Parts: sequence; C-alpha cells; structure tokens
Amino acid sequence: MSARAELVKNEKNASVELILSEDWLLENGASDNDQNIFDLFEKNDFKQIKLDGKQIGRWDSRLVAFLVHVISLCKKNNIEYRLIDFPKGIDPLLDLAFSVPEHVSPPKGDTTQSFLSYLGNVALYSWAATQRVALFCVKIYEALIRLITKKAVVRKVDIWFEIQDAGVNAFLIVSLICFLVGLILAFVGSIQLKMFGAQIYVSSLVAIAVTRVMGAIMGGVIMAGRTGASYAATLGSMQVNEEIDALKTMGVSPFDFLVLPRVLALSLMMPLLTVYADFMGIMGGAFVGIFMLGLSPEDYFRMTLKALFMKNILIGIVHGTAYGIIIAVCGCYQGINCGRNASAVGKATTAAVVYSIVWMTVATAILTFIFSVIGV
Amino acid sequence: MPEAFLEIKEMTVAYGDNVIMKDVSFTVNKEDVFIIMGGSGCGKSTLLSVLTGLKQPAKGTEIFDGKVFWGNGATKDDRDALMRKAGILYQSGALWSSMTLAENIALPLEQYTKLSKPEIRDLVALKLDLVGLGGFQDYYPAEISGGMKKRAGLARALALDPKIVFFDEPSAGLDPISSKNLDDLILQIKDNLHTTIVMVTHELASIFAIGTNSIFLDAQTKTVIAKGNPTDLLKNPPNKTLEHFLTRGEK
Repeated sequence: MSARAELVKNEKNASVELILSEDWLLENGASDNDQNIFDLFEKNDFKQIKLDGKQIGRWDSRLVAFLVHVISLCKKNNIEYRLIDFPKGIDPLLDLAFSVPEHVSPPKGDTTQSFLSYLGNVALYSWAATQRVALFCVKIYEALIRLITKKAVVRKVDIWFEIQDAGVNAFLIVSLICFLVGLILAFVGSIQLKMFGAQIYVSSLVAIAVTRVMGAIMGGVIMAGRTGASYAATLGSMQVNEEIDALKTMGVSPFDFLVLPRVLALSLMMPLLTVYADFMGIMGGAFVGIFMLGLSPEDYFRMTLKALFMKNILIGIVHGTAYGIIIAVCGCYQGINCGRNASAVGKATTAAVVYSIVWMTVATAILTFIFSVIGV
Repeated sequence: MPEAFLEIKEMTVAYGDNVIMKDVSFTVNKEDVFIIMGGSGCGKSTLLSVLTGLKQPAKGTEIFDGKVFWGNGATKDDRDALMRKAGILYQSGALWSSMTLAENIALPLEQYTKLSKPEIRDLVALKLDLVGLGGFQDYYPAEISGGMKKRAGLARALALDPKIVFFDEPSAGLDPISSKNLDDLILQIKDNLHTTIVMVTHELASIFAIGTNSIFLDAQTKTVIAKGNPTDLLKNPPNKTLEHFLTRGEK
C-alpha cells in the first residue's frame, strides 16, 4: 500500500494530529495529497501538532524526507510539533539531517536587464573577446619567433606527429568528400549545359570552381570538423587534467609546446590538402563527364587543362593556407581557454568548429574582395 | 550468526592472458564495513569493478544478496536489477558536471521510482542534508570543493536507499580532517540506514577507524593473503607483507 498522510483536526480541544499510515517506500507510487498537507502548514491556523507514526508499515528514506519537510515547515511557521510512536531508527536520521544548518547561497543579484544594457554587454564582451584572440595570436607569433631563434621548448616528434595527423591521415576523408563534391558540381552543371549541347564545358566549370575556391572550402570544412575539433578536445582535456598547469609551472610555454606544433602543422598541410582536394574534385567531375555524359577522357582532360590557370590554383592555395591558420587558431584557442569539467570540453569543441567555419566564411569574403580589387 | 550479503567464491580476474588475481574468496556480512586493502597495483580497483558488474571475472562466482551476480548463467539484466540495491562512490565523486547537485541525485530517483517531482525534491534535500550539504541543491560540481564533491557523490550513491555502498578510495585527495569527517559520515550512514559498506582503500587511519572486516590483496602472489578485522590483523599479523603494510613499513 502506498504512503498515506491524514491531517485530523479535533475541534473540541483545538488539537491537530498528522496521522501517517501504510508503507512509506521509494518503490511505491507518488502520493497525491502531500502538497495539500504542506499548504495547511503555511496557512498557520494551528500552533501545535502531533505527528503520529503508530500505523506506519514498512519505511525507508521516503518517510524521513516527508518528516524533514514537515518539521522544516513547523520550524518556519513556529508550530510546536511532537513525534509519537515512530519506528525505531527515525530519530537518528532526523538528527543527522538537521545536524548541519542549511547553507544559504548569497543573493545572485538582479539578472534582468534592459535591451540597451544587453546590447552594451554584448558589445563589451565582443571587444574583450577580440582582444583575447588578438593576444592569443600575438603569443603564437612570439612562439614562432622563439622557434626560429631555437629558444622554443618544443619536441620535433610532436611537430611531425601533428603534420602526419593533419596531412596523410586526412587523405581518405578529403578524397571521398572532394570527389563527391566534384561529382555533384559536374552533375548539376551538366543539366544546364546539356540544354545548349555544351556538356564539354562541364570540365571547365568543375576545374575553375574547384581550383579557385571549392577545393579549399571543402578541405577547410573537413579539417574544421576533423582536426580543429580534435585540437579543442585534446587541449581542453589537458586543461581539465591540469596538464597545461603542469607545463606552465615547469616554465614551459603551452604556446611553444602545444599550440605552435598544431598551428604549424595545419598551416603547412592545408595548402597541400587544397591541391589534393582540387585533384579529387576534378576526378569527381571526370567521373560524371566520362561515364554519364559520354565524353571521351581525352576531350575531358584537354578541356580541363585549358581551364586550369595557375592564378586560380594559387588563389585556392591562399584560401587553404588562411583556412588552415584559422582552424588551428580557433581549435587551440578554445582548447586552451576551456573550463575544467567534461561539459566545458564539449562546449569548447563545438565552439572551435562553429568559429572556424564562421571565420572561414569571413576570410573568403575578405580574400574575394582583395582579389577582385587587385584584378585576379 | 551474521548474515552474508556478498559472497565471492574462487574468483579469478584477468585482462586477456594477464591474470590480475586468482582464487579470491571472501564473504561480506550485512552491516559490515568491509575493507579491500593492498598496495598500489594489486588490483583493488579492478576487484571493485568486478563486484559492481563493470568487469567480468575470468572465473568464479559472486552471490549478491542471495542471488547469483556472476556465474551460473546470470545475465546482464540480472546484474542491472541487483545493482539497483547498490550505490557506488567513485574516487573523485564522478558527479555529472553538466547537472546541478540536485539533478545528479534526482536522476536515479526519476529513473527508478514513480515519485512525484515535489517528493523527489524532498528526497534530494534529505540526501544532501544527510551528508551535510543542505542548501547546495543548485550548485554545479565545478562550484564546490573536492571534499564536498565526495559527499555529494555519497548523497547520489544513497539516492535509492541502497543495501550496500561501494567506496573507491574515499579518502584520496582529502585533508585529514575532511577524511575523518567522511569516515564518521560513513559510520553514521551505516548505523542509521543499516547499509553494508565495501571500501577499497589503503588509508591506514580509515582502515582501523571504521573497518570491521577486511581482505588483503597481495600483488606478488596475486591473491588474498589475509582476512579479518583490521585491528586484530595489526595485533596478530599472519604474514610479514601484511605487517609491513599495516605498520607503514616500520616493522
């Protein structure tokens, strides 16, 4: 039977009794009138109460939790209470529960704010964040100078490991995605070009689009999700485990030891990955051109070569290098500034990917503007 | 005659071909404070993983509250059902960092009982009161100290009124006063809630202060080389290794 509590008022002698009966066990279902009883205590129309536990069957901490609530209400509303015929073992638990006074949290202050103050706070926060990122970049630059002047504490093996991880180990996923992107580009383009009998220009379309920007963008998105996220998670976990503190207290700069190898690796590998992504994109386009549009391989690749301008390839490489630096900085920044718990690592990883992609888009806009101004 | 709650019979634990311990047998009686002791690397924490169903033993039987836990065709569902009678306090508290203390304690109550939200709130308050953390419901684990995390972990372990609570190195990382307070709290919980306690530790002060029964795991022979009340074992050590351990290498 489920827990039962009944408040009995004796009008004759104006006494009030709370009679508890049945089994008070966690495994039983919820009781429906607890709240009504608690509300009666708040009304404050009695000053004394007798708590009767004679009819209680089996019990566990559910009974104790109920009694703690009732006794707290009695204390709060200055109601005198008496416990009668409760099972043995209840008293020590109540003593233990009330042995340490309740902690009172300091008031958190007024958290509501007007739209204008919200806007002001956002602006201040953004400015402070920009300063932090700028300082972070300056520290990376200083670490690079230390590396060149051979004053940086960095292990060559770490740099090679990061280069391998950001380079060769990413080949498979870059191959797959960029091949498919080239394929999609060619397929979508061919639908329009077919209408004019100009399918052969699919090769030029794919070659120009992929080399100028698409190869770099796809490579960047893949590396943001793959390597940038991994940097944030690795450095974030090191922050949680106090490994970064250990480096600092040993006099080793985490920028030399952790950030620099990653930034170097990604900024060196991204241009190479971009060229490789371009190649795989062209292969994807060729797959559609040759097997679906019926073009001969000779014609397809001849037209592709005609559309391959060194200018476009270099623009793609510049984009790729910029993306590499952005992804590495975002990943390392979020990791180094991660909080000290598991959920903070998750947030840092998400932020690393989101900021990488946002800043890649901004960088693309800026580079496109610059290239159009200088006429390339 | 004390009643057995946990019986381990001829258990062998291994990682692949690497045997960690063999022929381990012991009994934990109801309301015991049972200490699993031994030097670093002897497999104490691995044994705790086996006892709590996280790691499968290579051989042997575990009887948990009269039912088969490991061996004789016991399934994962059987173990999951039995583990609801158990609470575990991990070394660092293992509180879920994205949840407040109240949410940490409420989760097992929401999962395994049909209690209403206000009832769960009262129970959460009670469990925190019992470990001296009343009023800390809305704090996140990152906002409290290491000792408080352990006590909050204990409150979560006690959420479902377990019949047995396993402790993995409860005193690790605590100052002597906090460590003593935690020992006192464990005894109060045991006495008032009639809980059986199994504790993995090598803190000698705690072992002698609260242990009523124990085993000593030896890393060399990979088995149990002593059993009994730790204080009695100190008076009459059955072998040099144990004497060395219990006297901090002084004898």
